[in-house]
Amino acid sequence: MPLDRIALADFRNHRESALDGTRQFNLLLGDNGAGKTNILEALSLLAPGRGLRRATPAEMARKGGSGGFTLGADLAADTMPVRLGTLVDPARPNRRMVRINGADSSAATLGEWVSLGWLTPAMDGLFTDSAGARRRWLDRMALALAPTHARTAIRYDEALRERNRLLADDAPPDPLWLGAIEQRLAEHGAALASGRRALVAALTQALSAAPDGPFARPLLAYQPTAPEDTAAFAEALLRHRARDRAAGRTLIGPHRDELTVTMAGSGAPAAHCSTGEQKALLIAVTLAHAELAAKGRPAVLLLDEVAAHLDPSRRAALFERLRGSGTQVWMTGTEAAPFAAIMEEAACWEIAGGAAHRVS
Amino acid sequence: MASQEIETLAAALARLPGLGPRSARRAVLWLVKQRETALVELLSALETVRDRLVECPVCFNVDTVSPCGICADPRRDPRAICVVEDVADLWALDRARLFAGTYHVLGGRLSALDGVRPEDLAIGPLLGRVAAGGIDEVVLAMNATLEGQTTAHYLAERLEQYPVRITQLAHGLPVGGELDYLDEGTLAQALRARRPLA
Ligand SMILES: [Zn+2]
Repeated sequence: MPLDRIALADFRNHRESALDGTRQFNLLLGDNGAGKTNILEALSLLAPGRGLRRATPAEMARKGGSGGFTLGADLAADTMPVRLGTLVDPARPNRRMVRINGADSSAATLGEWVSLGWLTPAMDGLFTDSAGARRRWLDRMALALAPTHARTAIRYDEALRERNRLLADDAPPDPLWLGAIEQRLAEHGAALASGRRALVAALTQALSAAPDGPFARPLLAYQPTAPEDTAAFAEALLRHRARDRAAGRTLIGPHRDELTVTMAGSGAPAAHCSTGEQKALLIAVTLAHAELAAKGRPAVLLLDEVAAHLDPSRRAALFERLRGSGTQVWMTGTEAAPFAAIMEEAACWEIAGGAAHRVS
Repeated sequence: MASQEIETLAAALARLPGLGPRSARRAVLWLVKQRETALVELLSALETVRDRLVECPVCFNVDTVSPCGICADPRRDPRAICVVEDVADLWALDRARLFAGTYHVLGGRLSALDGVRPEDLAIGPLLGRVAAGGIDEVVLAMNATLEGQTTAHYLAERLEQYPVRITQLAHGLPVGGELDYLDEGTLAQALRARRPLA
């Protein structure tokens, strides 16, 4: 199976935990606070980025431990497994390092080996949350498809702050300087918006190809606030200078764009759907994205507290979709009952007090 | 336990880039051992530099002669100017001996966030050099950062009114000290493949 022989040391509340003999379905059962999500978080660090809690190395090191942590996992590959690992040296507690087969590597290289996606309770309010949360969600998914997306987003942000600062000045801004900044802003902004639009188009296609089932089909629409063409974008910024200066900030661009999600059929906005329906919409997008992102790499999906909140028919449909996808799945729950249908084929651990015990 | 004076020297050395307290202590120990030779030599070198250090009035390079050794070198091509952000960029480029023309050091990059405005940089003197004539090409060798690229764009706009070719490196320079580790081949390639600024 994609990830096996998983070892955590001094990570969150795990002093030393090992998970061997993994299968396609892997269940982590235990009370709240036992350390189930911590294991998912550890696995999420085997992909580029800051993991599913976006935590700092210091937050992830075990309290009362060495100040650092290590984690590693075997990734099944053609002939020999590849050992993926990440660690924080107590002597340099702010720097997380990545090791692949024992050699120092960049975090980006991890993405060449494995595709990792996740769905956590923290994402439950995504459709009712601020538009910023949906933009971050889009960008994270786009990054999994196109690694340059992250750099573009950073550059766009830098240019935006430069323009806003110039606009907020008491003195009228130097028009040539402002123009030079707007050129960069338009360049990176157009690339950012087009990356998001490409993602939404790919997701839409994958969602329409997905089998019919008890999951509501989400319709995604990206609503840009600026032209997607660099020259037209720069021209729009020039036109809006007076208005933006009065507002003290830039009012058009990808930082103001919105992703709208509606339920196919009823056309109801996702924000107006029931909590269960919203969860189902999120799952549909997460599954579609996992298929897109895999691109020939082994795929791993981390589903935190997902099964318990689904009714039995949706739960059965989810298990069936996952089984057919070949993706390795890690699921958490407080009790075994919701997983009865897959208990036979799943590897199951009981998590208590930061320790993992294999139960089946 | 070392005396206060030796501690002071170690502390001063420790502040040098790339050194730190441990290396500084090692350097002091070594200087103490070699006080008849190396210490004297270092002292006189430091004094000479302190007494003669000047900013070149033409290109804003830092040297012990004025104008600087590069501006005064008759073998240099005076018709081409390579514009860089900092003296560190100039030294790194010139150590590799890749550019045959002269330089112009801006003294930083435009940054609204850091409050660095056009009038804070040596842009006026650059325009003055170009306006005086005899210049065919201005190469904009800014860092690969957003601010560096914004500065290049701004300079290109200001230079547009003069009959000179404005080019930029195929890719921006890495920031400051990082240039030290860039191999000459990469730099040479970036210079050779320099292209007109859009
Ligand atoms: Zn000079």
